[in-house]
Amino acid sequence: MTFFLITSGIKILVVFTVLMSGVAFLTLVERRVCAWMQDRLGPNRVGPFGIFQPIADGLKNFVKEETYPALADKALFILAPVASFVPALLTFAVIPFGAPLPTHWGDVPLVVADLPVGFLYILALTSLGVYGIVLAGWSSNNKYALLGGLRASAQMISYEIAMGMSTVAVLLLAGNVAMSEIVGRQATSVLQWNVFPLTLAWFIFLVSAFAETNRLPFDLPEAEGELIAGYHTEYSSMKFSMFYIAEYSNMVTASALMVTLFFGGWDIPFTSWDNAAPWSLLKSVATIAAFATKTSAFLFLFIWVRWTLPRFRYDQLMALGWKVLLPLALAYLTVVATATWYLHAVLHWTYDARFSTVLFGINVVLAVALFVGLDRGRLISGSWETRKA
Amino acid sequence: MAIGVKTMKRPTQQTSYLRATLSGMALTFKHLLRPKVTMQYPEEKSAPDWTLSGRWRGTHRMLTDEQGRAKCVACGLCPQICPANCIKLVPGEDENGNRYPLIYEIDEFRCVFCGYCQEVCPEEAIHVGVHYENSEYSRDRFVYDLERLCSQTHPVSTLWDPTDPKGE
Repeated sequence: MTFFLITSGIKILVVFTVLMSGVAFLTLVERRVCAWMQDRLGPNRVGPFGIFQPIADGLKNFVKEETYPALADKALFILAPVASFVPALLTFAVIPFGAPLPTHWGDVPLVVADLPVGFLYILALTSLGVYGIVLAGWSSNNKYALLGGLRASAQMISYEIAMGMSTVAVLLLAGNVAMSEIVGRQATSVLQWNVFPLTLAWFIFLVSAFAETNRLPFDLPEAEGELIAGYHTEYSSMKFSMFYIAEYSNMVTASALMVTLFFGGWDIPFTSWDNAAPWSLLKSVATIAAFATKTSAFLFLFIWVRWTLPRFRYDQLMALGWKVLLPLALAYLTVVATATWYLHAVLHWTYDARFSTVLFGINVVLAVALFVGLDRGRLISGSWETRKA
Repeated sequence: MAIGVKTMKRPTQQTSYLRATLSGMALTFKHLLRPKVTMQYPEEKSAPDWTLSGRWRGTHRMLTDEQGRAKCVACGLCPQICPANCIKLVPGEDENGNRYPLIYEIDEFRCVFCGYCQEVCPEEAIHVGVHYENSEYSRDRFVYDLERLCSQTHPVSTLWDPTDPKGE
């Protein structure tokens, strides 16, 4: 018990610190990558390559003036940044980030809390994130902030359904809701990474994750052309910074979640050395590195997409969520459930590489049909530059 | 469309969001790897494809003769033509009857950098300069007196020449 308490305490401290410094670093990476995509250099003055820029930004936010709108609901106004910040961090608690670390007193699982209901916990907490934004919008007593908050809540609730549906498919394959089990189930071969047997679920999850984290092209809650800054219009100083940190923590969590659910978690591909029982420090470090690499790749995708795509119109956003993603997720779930039932119960296959390859084949067929359909559809129509010389 | 958006009839390849997204992402990635155009200002002040124009009109400079005296003969044309009224000139006369400026001050805060003073000057004494770094710690340091105007060393503006409008 003492061992559990001490290791948990240390894990919480380490994960919190790494997550916070990661988020700080991510703000810099976002600005640098954005600059590079626009043929600029970005912030490179504070320290070598600008790596101390986040510290300078943080200091600036600390010394700025705290403003309170005269008619704001003060208690909720202060509570709102906390309410959006905390769930973003808490979600990370159930994400396993490495192979167990052996110590003199026993193995330490590298996850803050290996909850048996890990996945349900994530669904519950990501929904809580909406409250911070709605409360911020409402308590500011500002019409633009309120509109931003309402938009955010409508958007997050809409996409939460598609997101939940897409991940049910993962649970079907894993047969468990504990995150460590979901990772363990994908560890045996690369073909069993859920992205192969469940490609479309991953696609739905990816789109929903963009919407859930309020990132472009889904950043309507803070559409500055219409809503000034959306729900955090009235916030200044460190309270504004909290929203900012929450947004980036959400990004990190969404990326880590995507890696855990669809890309094998901390599994190192093409080897089973890292999944076998004699645990060592080297294995832990290597798997943590693998996890960090995969997560960073998704973080880069988030940034890349943000600096490429323009924002949706609100009716397009709602149409995509309700008319495309939700029916798609439901239909897909039916197909996957039928296929797994058929393979399990009729053909008596066990879940192995052959099983997932067959599912991957089904996915390829469905994906081709889906993308041809989406390509022809006018639902979210992009404009195409005229290529006439 | 619930809010009555007009949908244009366009060919599929023009309306596909997927293709537009993918080509957009390819474009941004290409730019990510491209050489950057930023000039890092305090260290680099000009680049092969960017230098300050010779016609730039910046803070003034008074040219001097061989004895180091200002070329100005205090004719009074520059305060006369100055649209911002920023030149203060008090003329004086020496024992040989040569006019010279007793006081010659330019308030660079009032100046609109039109360059008329340089154009009107019969002695080619006052010039606007090819220069832009002018920070000071107090406002009164921006009233340049004669001594200060004479001691500036930056190149002077060529102004715009109507007979050679493109500077060729």
